[in-house]
Amino acid sequence: MSGPSTYDPKSGLEKWIDSRLPLPRLMHDTMSTFPTPRNLNFWYTFGGILTFCLGVQIVTGIVLAMHYVSTSALAFNSVEAIMRDVNYGWLIRYVHANGASMFFLAVYIHMFRGLYYGSYKAPRELIWIIGVLIYLLMMATAFFGYVLPWGQMSFWGATVITNMFSAIPVVGSAIATWLWGDFAVGDATLNRFFSLHYLLPFIIAGVVGLHVWALHVPGNNNPLGIDVKTPQDTVPFHPYYTVKDAFYLVLFVILFASFVFFEPDFFGNPDNYQPANPLVTPPEIVPEWYLLPFYAMLRSIPDKLLGVIVMAGAIVTLVFIPWLDTSRVRSCRFRPLMKQFFWAFAVVCVILGYCGAQSVEATAFGVPLVWVARIATLYYFAFFWLIMPIVGLIETPKKLPASIAQSVLGDSAATPAE
Amino acid sequence: MRLTKLTRNLALGLGLGLLASPAAFAAESATARHHPKHVEFEFEGPFGTYDRGALQRGFQVYKEVCASCHGLQHIAFRNLADKGGPEFSEAQARALAAAVKVPAEPNDKGETTDESGAPLTRPGLLADRYPSPFPNENAARANNAGSLPPDLSLIVKARMGGPQYIYSILTGFHEKAPAGFKVPDNKHFNPYFEGWTIGMPPPLSNNGVTYSDGTKATIDQQAHDVVTFLAWAAEPKMEDRKRMGFAVLIFLITLAGLLFAAYRRVWKDAH
Amino acid sequence: MAATTSDAGTRRDFLYVASGAMGAVGVAAVAWPLIDQMNPSAAALALGTSEIDIASIQPGQQIVFKHRGLPLFVRRRTPAEIASAKAVDVNSLPDPLARNANLPENAPATDASRVVKPEWLVLIGVCTHLGCTPTVSTPQQPEGEYGGWLCHCHGSAYDTAGRIRKGPAPRNLDVPTYSFMSDTRIKVG
Repeated sequence: MSGPSTYDPKSGLEKWIDSRLPLPRLMHDTMSTFPTPRNLNFWYTFGGILTFCLGVQIVTGIVLAMHYVSTSALAFNSVEAIMRDVNYGWLIRYVHANGASMFFLAVYIHMFRGLYYGSYKAPRELIWIIGVLIYLLMMATAFFGYVLPWGQMSFWGATVITNMFSAIPVVGSAIATWLWGDFAVGDATLNRFFSLHYLLPFIIAGVVGLHVWALHVPGNNNPLGIDVKTPQDTVPFHPYYTVKDAFYLVLFVILFASFVFFEPDFFGNPDNYQPANPLVTPPEIVPEWYLLPFYAMLRSIPDKLLGVIVMAGAIVTLVFIPWLDTSRVRSCRFRPLMKQFFWAFAVVCVILGYCGAQSVEATAFGVPLVWVARIATLYYFAFFWLIMPIVGLIETPKKLPASIAQSVLGDSAATPAE
Repeated sequence: MRLTKLTRNLALGLGLGLLASPAAFAAESATARHHPKHVEFEFEGPFGTYDRGALQRGFQVYKEVCASCHGLQHIAFRNLADKGGPEFSEAQARALAAAVKVPAEPNDKGETTDESGAPLTRPGLLADRYPSPFPNENAARANNAGSLPPDLSLIVKARMGGPQYIYSILTGFHEKAPAGFKVPDNKHFNPYFEGWTIGMPPPLSNNGVTYSDGTKATIDQQAHDVVTFLAWAAEPKMEDRKRMGFAVLIFLITLAGLLFAAYRRVWKDAH
Repeated sequence: MAATTSDAGTRRDFLYVASGAMGAVGVAAVAWPLIDQMNPSAAALALGTSEIDIASIQPGQQIVFKHRGLPLFVRRRTPAEIASAKAVDVNSLPDPLARNANLPENAPATDASRVVKPEWLVLIGVCTHLGCTPTVSTPQQPEGEYGGWLCHCHGSAYDTAGRIRKGPAPRNLDVPTYSFMSDTRIKVG
């Protein structure tokens, strides 16, 4: 896609195919010879890991759908039948349930990596925006999926999230009713959520295709944030990054498997092993961990509409990052000031997640957590809308290296121990 | 060098995941339930397996004590003979099933009740699930002074605190209510239950069951056994899961080692 | 990208082949649960046996039960039907084997080896051609020329012992594993 193709069909069959459907050429140019900066580190392996996660979720999901029944009277029991009676059903279901958490763990690392190294900056704005879209689709898919086992958390999570739409003035409650297909979350809701939960992953797969396509036009950013200048700066994707990605993928799968086989309910909530009961709300409604920061924002705002706006705004903000960052350099490695704000931002996100997991009245060191969450929310928005533009203008970046090759090979020559 | 970088990166990634994990604590109110007792069960930990004797005794406790009020709808009689479970012989499981009346299908005349109006029943078969004691929630509440005895198939996984929590409830009835704490009629004091009052009367008593294997049926022993049984009922594939887990991890670690060597080899001349 | 010595190349090759092979083994191991989940579940397997009350079936009548999701024919034959089935020369049959799960595989398709008790004919009601359910023949409403069953899908005709006599079906109707628990109750499977 970028630069002339180096594909050289050898056999007659390869030539025949290449002149009709140059799919082998595409694969060769994007996955084999694609020139990739030679200095990509561990954090750059999560793109491949995420593709793996999507594949795992789709395959296990299709299989689960063969046994799952999307009717409120039978949904819970059908999941238990999968866990007990279907051959390897427990394995497939635990992989799928923990896979969602693993997927989000990987996507958060992937996003923070992009933020730190300025991977959203020109000419990669669209890669970033498409990525935000994937993240949104992932959240929707995960939410729909969490409703399907039809436990207490499924039911009440669905109720709380769909009720957010009722905050919209005038048409809000009509929208909520339309989402439910009833006057509350019920059979109609469960059925449509199942349909959408099955559909969205394939849309995600399509958008991931666009994400990768957009990536292959300018090529990868890198930890130095400087452009590739000479062929010396790059190595072919295969075998250098195939083997590196494979190694880290296996490490990731080890973590994944540890949860599936030894702590399969670690990310789950005990309440979801109780069948949905529309008459009794559990004492603590907690979303899945990956949505906790946004949940904390929502709860910290005392006004219903404003709370929903802030929460939605936190995600919409991500779209504007490419233009909010005014810095000339990409990588935080050369931005001493921004680097500190970045790590503060990472900590703030963790604090928000913590606040979201606690009860509404909880305190920490005598401070009500709701105030902690408010200040953290303030920082979240300030980071993007104030700190990013201002620091970019006032900060003096460190001197950039002349080239990737000089940085990598020069350094290793000077200090062999690295 | 690269190894230390690698471990640092891994630790960072792990820490990030753990920090963000749900550490939900209940709000501290005056009658917040006590922390469950610290008891250990054989089935806990990565190497834990169910104690067969405890499973069989626990089933006896369930059958003779709990089953009069609590269902076990996800367990079929055939499961009692499953590998990784109580492992009764198939003949024993068949006999246990036949001793329990399960709801019968309509008879040849299409009737679903006998002359007295009671629903038709028949002896259980291996394929039948354990029948619930009450036909519906209203009947359950009407027979239990308004309380609903939950189905026990998933109770160990459905409660924060898991097996320790259930054990503490079962053995927590002897504790005295603090002065001034009023226990309502038809309720019982149990500080391990949220709100400290529970609808269930103390279910276990010393020698309330007679174990055929000679184990002394203390309250603690019965609680231990029935919690083991209920843990299995909630997670019947646990032994399969852990066994497969070890094979998978050994495989993956070997593969990771190979790939690491290949990775170092490939990158040797590129750094 | 630098040139590799042949020695390094060998080791590199070995590592590639070894990790590639192990990866392939891993993928194959993962494939099995994904395939096996489509086999009958433990619950379905547990329903493999049915107990059937046959007391109400009259001579000349057939009642269809459901066993493992398939129609199960239980026919109480009249003496005339038994006699006509016995009169057939086994060697003239399209399928000379008994197809009786209670007997060895090579048992001949005599009337006696198609039943446990001559009066009762118990069959899986699935045409051995392409799986339709044949229609029973009665004196009032004959189906086919042999007094047994006719499959309307493609015209296979069975006799009063459920043996194929005419049409595209290759085999006699299957006799499932069953036994009499009493004179009026059978256990199938």
